[in-house]
Amino acid sequence: MNFPILSSLILLPTIGALFIFFVRSSNSQYQSSKYVALFITLANFFLSLYLWIVFDKSIVDFQFVEEREWISGFVNYKVGVDGISILFILLTTFITPICVITVNATIKNRLKDFLIAILILETFMIGVFCSLDLVVFYLFFEAGLIPMFLIIGIWGGERRVYSAFKFFLYTLLGSVLMLVAIISIYWITGTTDVINLYELGIDAKYQNLLWLAFFSSFAVKTPMWPVHTWLPDAHVEAPTAGSVLLAAILLKMAGYGFIRFSLGLFPDASLYFVPLVYTLSLIAIIYTSLVALMQEDMKKLIAYSSVAHMGFVTLGIFTMTQQGIEGSIFQMISHGLVSAALFLCVGVVYDRLHTRLINRYGGLVSIMPKYAIVFMVFTLGALGLPGTSGFIGEFLVLMGAFKKNILVATIASLGVILGAAYMLWLYKRIIFGKLINEDLKKMVDLKRFEIVTLWLLVLPIIFFGFYPEPLINSIEVSVANMIDMNDLDKINKLALGD
Amino acid sequence: MENLQLIIPELFISIIIMFLLIFGVFKKNSSQLVYNLTTVSLVAALALIINLDTQIQSSLFNNSYNIDSLARFMKILLILSGIFVMLSSSKYIQISKISKIEYPILILCSILGMMVMISSNDLIVFYMGLELQSLALYVLASFNRDNLLSTESGLKYFVLSALSSGLLLYGCSLIYGFSETTNFNQIMVNTKEIEYGLTFGIVFILVGLSFKISAVPFHMWAPDVYQGSPTSVTVFFALLPKIAALTVFIRFLYIPFYELGDQWQMIIIFLSIASMVFGAVAAIGQKNLKRLIAYSSISHMGYALAGLSTGTTQGMQSSITYITIYLVMNLAFFCCLFMLKRNDEYYENIDDLSGLSKNHPLLSLSLLVVLFSLAGIPPLAGFFAKFYIFVAVINEKMYFLAIVGLLATVIAAFYYLRIIKIIYFDPEKEKFETKHNLGLKFTLVASTFFILAYFIYPSGIVDIISQININ
Repeated sequence: MNFPILSSLILLPTIGALFIFFVRSSNSQYQSSKYVALFITLANFFLSLYLWIVFDKSIVDFQFVEEREWISGFVNYKVGVDGISILFILLTTFITPICVITVNATIKNRLKDFLIAILILETFMIGVFCSLDLVVFYLFFEAGLIPMFLIIGIWGGERRVYSAFKFFLYTLLGSVLMLVAIISIYWITGTTDVINLYELGIDAKYQNLLWLAFFSSFAVKTPMWPVHTWLPDAHVEAPTAGSVLLAAILLKMAGYGFIRFSLGLFPDASLYFVPLVYTLSLIAIIYTSLVALMQEDMKKLIAYSSVAHMGFVTLGIFTMTQQGIEGSIFQMISHGLVSAALFLCVGVVYDRLHTRLINRYGGLVSIMPKYAIVFMVFTLGALGLPGTSGFIGEFLVLMGAFKKNILVATIASLGVILGAAYMLWLYKRIIFGKLINEDLKKMVDLKRFEIVTLWLLVLPIIFFGFYPEPLINSIEVSVANMIDMNDLDKINKLALGD
Repeated sequence: MENLQLIIPELFISIIIMFLLIFGVFKKNSSQLVYNLTTVSLVAALALIINLDTQIQSSLFNNSYNIDSLARFMKILLILSGIFVMLSSSKYIQISKISKIEYPILILCSILGMMVMISSNDLIVFYMGLELQSLALYVLASFNRDNLLSTESGLKYFVLSALSSGLLLYGCSLIYGFSETTNFNQIMVNTKEIEYGLTFGIVFILVGLSFKISAVPFHMWAPDVYQGSPTSVTVFFALLPKIAALTVFIRFLYIPFYELGDQWQMIIIFLSIASMVFGAVAAIGQKNLKRLIAYSSISHMGYALAGLSTGTTQGMQSSITYITIYLVMNLAFFCCLFMLKRNDEYYENIDDLSGLSKNHPLLSLSLLVVLFSLAGIPPLAGFFAKFYIFVAVINEKMYFLAIVGLLATVIAAFYYLRIIKIIYFDPEKEKFETKHNLGLKFTLVASTFFILAYFIYPSGIVDIISQININ
């Protein structure tokens, strides 16, 4: 395999952004740049799909590895994918074109700049998921802050400045310790190459502090309770496309980081800190679900539900069982699709009525039946109904948790009920009931591009709900290898899907 | 007979200074011509330095003047910065009516002083270079003599700088008293035993040097001088004296005081932490861009000192890398400042930037890149500068310094973000002029491109700098 397919995936969006930046559009609104962006992101999607098809799922090693000297004698630019990261790359390349389509309705000014920001962000997101060097990872991880800061700040709502600052400074503060840890790892082991580090291992006496430094960064990004407060603000103020990218992909970087680095590099420390992660995850699941129940703003409600769902993810990862980790990955992919879809749904009504307050809506089923259907699917996906992808993820996570700690699993199961409560109640208040607000009567049902984007998300949610095999198949070997390699789990592994 | 060809660049600049002085006096209205001739002669000096026989590593005049790899690199950096400063500020000095023949000649004088400082290997030679540089800078700071702020800044700089020179000289005399020599290498040989007087001498010299690079707590002059001086002088202040002062810092710490590491290490760490934190905190409330960049440069000097505080060759090299990238970022920032012009008036308040991105997308994009780079966000050059510093610092297990430094970057990110917020999120104001001279545009584009594209090939500069070794 000589063609540098991963580097092309990383670079293609940037090339598109440069193209949009330098080429003048014939009309002043830069409508044609939208098609350029759409073309580039779709090309990227098909490229990653091709990558998934040719990817050999039965091999443990990283594939499509590219390595180039970068900072001489110190850091090499190294990228590669295994069964886990390839799914996140697919998710990224799948969500980004959908975001590009939504700019139609949501972005009124500076369309060109917005598309450039999204494309640059895609470069960084893909980079995060395929970098196999700690410094390269940090570079992509942090660089994503710049476009996201601008997306929230320029195209956001009323309190956008506050939210953008909070987002940026929280995340930056979280990650500076990770940089110290990365450099320390270099001086302890003499390399920042992840594959080498997996083989070498890190001396147990250093692991706890290093783990905490990485944790401080990932916990903010996940976000885990109590450092989750930036998320609702950022979500509420960001434009629809920004919220979608934030919920669907940026949050997943942290979950991915937990699996790839916290578990992979510091297995002893991970074991040591399991109670801490369990506690924080359970608080996140129960507490933020309760908070979500009380929200009057739709986006805030979904944002809090994201925190709760990510609580399941962290819980699953640190059960360190095959099921738990697979479930977490599945849950992340599923949540990426569902939360993206929910934010798009909010965007649909927000564009029409320009409010996100739940009590301004009601009875939409009679005037927007098509909308009611897709929204129903996503609601059920979010609460984890069997037959949607949300179910598989939560089920596997709980299964992993039951194997390790029944009390933890029981409390987490309560979260599933609470999740059903706030999602169904949200649905009831928006879609059912009487049409009290006169403005609502003028609302039109889904336009064509909205139907396309929303149904594009319905399909995988239902498909993977009934047939999770392709995803599980892809991650199974990599997860099993990670557990084997680090002796994470000595209990007999129950093969799944058999 | 000494091998004079090693100091041809210095000789060349001295001759040019005398020639231009005579030429400017006898030819009427020649200020612009002298300015251009100065720029050209700087380019010629650069060529002469690059052309020096790199094989010879030698010292002159009884080992009091040193042309080693450090001196060569720093001089190239110095002259290059000088050229770009001249290119970018030519329009400014015409419009601000400070276009006089003395201006470029004073700049050449101070550059000559800095070159002497960089190469000095002797206390007396060093002090001579320092004074030549400083005297020219006093005059430059107050060059806009009809402006109250400018004269005030010149006076303030003179008084405080004279005080620090006094301390420095006292330190030098103590060192001489205890080591019986003024030559750097001899001092190292003669000071194997630590005596109180020697420690005092080191402290006085470090205080004097800290003043020159405006490290906290000897930074008081910097904000006022940066704000009061004409912007063309401010950019000069922000770039060139820092190169010379840092080189002298390296020479003192790594040659005469190298064996006395435990005497000065704590001092440098303290200066570094104080500068990083204070610079970041104090910049938050600023309304004037020049004042803000003064505090920001205080903070940046803290990082450069953090590299030196390790006392290792790697630390020294990381500091040199830091100052190189710092120069480019500040140059780009000041180019943007030179572009905020409307009806022959320059604007320098943060509020004047409001909504800049709507009317001037390219200028605001450069500012965005520069500010994120100053804040040290990857993948821009500023991140790598900090990265190398922390690699060196953590290698010496100085975790406290590293963590404080990184936390200071988060504080500093706040005020850089505030400027970006004003540029990108706030409502727009009146347009600025869009016509600029070629030199300014070229400087801005080149420096922004350097910052933006640094990550593609970071080894280039590192490889050059990794050959610098003075022990």
